[in-house]
Amino acid sequence: MKYVSEYRDAELVRGVIDEIRRTVTHPWTLMEICGGQTHAIVRHGLDQLLPPEIELVHGPGCPVCVTPLELIDKALVIASRPDVIFCSYGDMLRVPGSGRDLFSVKAQGGDVRVVYSPLDAVKIAQENPDKQVVFFAIGFETTAPPNVMSVLQAQRLGLKNYSILVSHVRVPPAINAILSSPSNRVQGFLLAGHVCAVMGYHEYPPLAETFNVPMVVTGFEPFDIVQGILQTVQLLEANKIEVGNAYSRAVTFEGNQAAQKTIQQVFMECDRKWRGIGTIPMSGWCLRPEFEAFNAEKRFDVDAITADESPLCIAGEILQGLKKPHQCPAFGTACAPEHPLGATMVSSEGACAAYYKYGRVLTTEHTEITKI
Amino acid sequence: MCLGVPGKIVEIYEKGGLKMAKVDFGGIFREACLDYVPEAKTGDYCVIHVGFAISLLNEKEALETLDLLKQITDVEKEIGPG
Ligand code: SF4
Repeated sequence: MKYVSEYRDAELVRGVIDEIRRTVTHPWTLMEICGGQTHAIVRHGLDQLLPPEIELVHGPGCPVCVTPLELIDKALVIASRPDVIFCSYGDMLRVPGSGRDLFSVKAQGGDVRVVYSPLDAVKIAQENPDKQVVFFAIGFETTAPPNVMSVLQAQRLGLKNYSILVSHVRVPPAINAILSSPSNRVQGFLLAGHVCAVMGYHEYPPLAETFNVPMVVTGFEPFDIVQGILQTVQLLEANKIEVGNAYSRAVTFEGNQAAQKTIQQVFMECDRKWRGIGTIPMSGWCLRPEFEAFNAEKRFDVDAITADESPLCIAGEILQGLKKPHQCPAFGTACAPEHPLGATMVSSEGACAAYYKYGRVLTTEHTEITKI
Repeated sequence: MCLGVPGKIVEIYEKGGLKMAKVDFGGIFREACLDYVPEAKTGDYCVIHVGFAISLLNEKEALETLDLLKQITDVEKEIGPG
């Protein structure tokens, strides 16, 4: 398959890893921001093939994992209403709120539907004029263009029964928070390729310079990931503080300007709470006042709901790269995908779920690159 | 949500005021909105997220990346693994 198979060529991947081995002279700790990359790294065992000097820690870029508990609780309240059809990406259904999850609301008769795209939710609103249709608009910069387009489309169609429950977060403020922490160990970043496909990477050079940390835009195939690691290690070894691009077939410096313009039209920056991490100033997006009519929190008056995290789950530390999933005492015992305690065990992009699925620590066998 | 496998645009049409396309992911077909990549043509490859094309793939850049890395592996074959 074009643009896929060539980037999974085991020989090429091995070649890049050998080049990393030849380049590295110091121990370095790198963070991949994106949960999709965490999943690919663990799935293909790339971290185990790297020279021992290089440690990969997993970042907060899993949208499901960082959606705050109280927003899930708000979703549960809205989805339980008899006049509501609640639409969500499938991953969100099993994320535990304070008491239950969206699945149990569905089991108790709530109309909860899994959609592939927010435009599907707009279509459901068109077809069900007597119901209120709410879309759970979560995500990083990648899902913002689709989510804002659903609002504009509902507006164009004159729909009065469509609204979105917004939990949008952005990568640069998260990197800023991670690097500002006194316990930070991260020395280089693999930037999330598809976030940068939308936003470009012009927001990152000031961060790289302020914290003296190189960054490289990185894609998702095994080959893209090792190439991103190689470029980051080359910058670190040469003591160069730059923002590189190892995913130039999909990402430009400016990014997708049509998408950025539309995001700005509908969203504005605001403070956001990250599950397990806490509030990061101006780290997210919310609807502009002109689009208040599409704000589900206002429409259903759930603004005031707040919630506190379970003290057992260490996902917050995992998402900041301070700990690995198997260091959690609940990992694989009290917490497993069938009965998750935290969101990082639910989402396929969550580090805990990736470690569990690919048997990390449960077996110590070395993953062979031929499995790619 | 963020594992975007690139798809090939096989048909472009309009629906509800939006520019839409039929996209081929190695034999699996899905619909995607092209409003954010207005320059897209049939035959182009794009990154799709939750039903929207967010980026067109640049073939020249793609080939250059692969060439560069093939060179690394070729050099290594000549000099042996490091
Ligand atoms: S294993 Fe479960 S309880 Fe532990 S950090 Fe991961 S999600 Fe939380």
